[in-house]
Amino acid sequence: METVVEVKNLVKKFGNFVANDNLTFEVKKGEIFGFLGANGAGKTTAIKILCGLSTPTSGELNIAGFNIYTEREKIKKNIGYMSQKFSLYDDLTIAENIKFYGGIYGLSLKKIKEKTIKYIEALNLEQYTKKMVAELPLGIKQKLAFMVSVIHEPKIVFLDEPTSGVDPITRRQFWDMIYNEANKGTTIFVTTHYMDEAEYCNRISIMVDGKIEALDTPANLKKTFNSNNMENVFIQLARKATRID
Amino acid sequence: MRTILFIIEKEFKQIFRDKMMLPIIFAIPVIQLLILSYTATFEVKNINLGILNIDQSQQSSELINKFKGSTFFNLKAYSTNIKDLEVMLKREKISQIIYIPNNFGKNLSSGNSSEIQIITDAVNGSSANLMSYYAISIIMSYNSNIIAKINPNIANYGINSSYQYWYNQELDYKRYMVPGILVLLVTMIGAFLSGMNIVREKEIGTIEQINVTPIKKYEFIIGKLSPFWIIAMFDLIVGLLLSRFVFNIEIQGNIFLIFSVSAIYLLSVLGLGLLISTVSDTQQQAMFIAWFFMVIFIMLSGLFTPVESIPQWAKIINYINPIKYFIKFMRQVMLKGSNIFDVYNEIVVIVVYSIATLSLAFWRYRKVS
Repeated sequence: METVVEVKNLVKKFGNFVANDNLTFEVKKGEIFGFLGANGAGKTTAIKILCGLSTPTSGELNIAGFNIYTEREKIKKNIGYMSQKFSLYDDLTIAENIKFYGGIYGLSLKKIKEKTIKYIEALNLEQYTKKMVAELPLGIKQKLAFMVSVIHEPKIVFLDEPTSGVDPITRRQFWDMIYNEANKGTTIFVTTHYMDEAEYCNRISIMVDGKIEALDTPANLKKTFNSNNMENVFIQLARKATRID
Repeated sequence: MRTILFIIEKEFKQIFRDKMMLPIIFAIPVIQLLILSYTATFEVKNINLGILNIDQSQQSSELINKFKGSTFFNLKAYSTNIKDLEVMLKREKISQIIYIPNNFGKNLSSGNSSEIQIITDAVNGSSANLMSYYAISIIMSYNSNIIAKINPNIANYGINSSYQYWYNQELDYKRYMVPGILVLLVTMIGAFLSGMNIVREKEIGTIEQINVTPIKKYEFIIGKLSPFWIIAMFDLIVGLLLSRFVFNIEIQGNIFLIFSVSAIYLLSVLGLGLLISTVSDTQQQAMFIAWFFMVIFIMLSGLFTPVESIPQWAKIINYINPIKYFIKFMRQVMLKGSNIFDVYNEIVVIVVYSIATLSLAFWRYRKVS
């Protein structure tokens, strides 16, 4: 299996504060990789580094086969990112948002049109086409943001708490979308708070105070920590945390 | 190139959808130009005058009639008691007192010299100067009347000077103010709107989504700034039309020179806006930083006061004041018909300034934190 995310000894410091303390892990092509940790554990910091939004203090990183220090722009063609903050434009319509992001990723107008029709159909948004994104329900907004983040068919997509604040049904539908995308061969790198979602991942890493404390498949982790659910595994590890959020 | 067009398209959609933007772009410049140009004047007219006449002679009434006949003065109070007039001066009912002492008429008619005192409210120094000057002119003209009566032979003795006011024959302050205020308007539109716009993307978080795309720095910057460049140029045209048809200012110089230098000047203003946006995280911060620079630059720009009379240390600050150079350029070309060689210095500075601010902003703008 091809390795698409390769991280060796990643350190990120903000002054004296060590946000990411010597992280080492790999993610294979087509994997759904869960990145877990309590608030303030350093997940978002790490994900921003992997997306090229922030520079690491030290460490070797290759994303989609490109070096993070020297080939940042090549990486950006091959990754998608959905941030914690909703990042579509509220004062544009669905089609206008798709056109803008498709446009700056260099998609042809024909391709943009195809995608727009496809997305509107997939999300049953026909009744909303003329409306501004601000008027959409949160669940639909999040699904749309996900689709826009993979509009350029990236090799890897980074999702930073994509389902926070949405109802269980929408979360379920959201994960169906993630599976669909993964089945096409896209690697999914996802952070979450929800332990049931952790079960959907192929492998998960659990971060505590900036360090990766555990990294394995959900089944193996449960075995190691002698638990029958992920929640219990997480609590056993997170209890060690000394950082206050 | 294609990417830039996608950004420009998106910006214009958002601008025209924002209900506050249309009045900001279309109404505010027009209203400001009209109001400021009509009201920002240094002329001193209708001076409220108090006359303290102890003398009560024929000569004193002649002199008072001269004041009454002047368009500059408005005889508000007449008294024989200084206390009354002092109170009025304090309450700003009057701004000047002409004190005609006892024996004023008697001295004059007996061939002796006579004295008059002018007391002026000098809280505003420059208008006090003007008021004294007007009062003295009236007294001097009365003086020469008296001399002429006594000895007609020496009435025309001495130097006679004649005046000619060039480039603004009627000494119309609006002609002086309009080009300056026009500069102010396009500067504010350019610097504020561009700065706010980029910071807004930071605030709502969309900037991250843009920064993870392979978009180039220059594409983003050009795409973001061009809409405001277009809007500011549009406002400049509106302003020039207003100055032609409302203020009757015929542009003496070359209109293409005005447009091309304005186009370059606006780049420096937009660069400043972009620079401010790179150091601010919120629109509030950007607003305050922009105001900080704007207030200083405007006060030192020569819009209201001559730049030559500011202190030396302020002149040093003024070397980096783009507004100063552009106001000078606009006044010269619009009112005096200066050509490219007459305003060569200003043009060079504006070009250098634009290159400098844009490069600085380009260098400061980071896709990666």
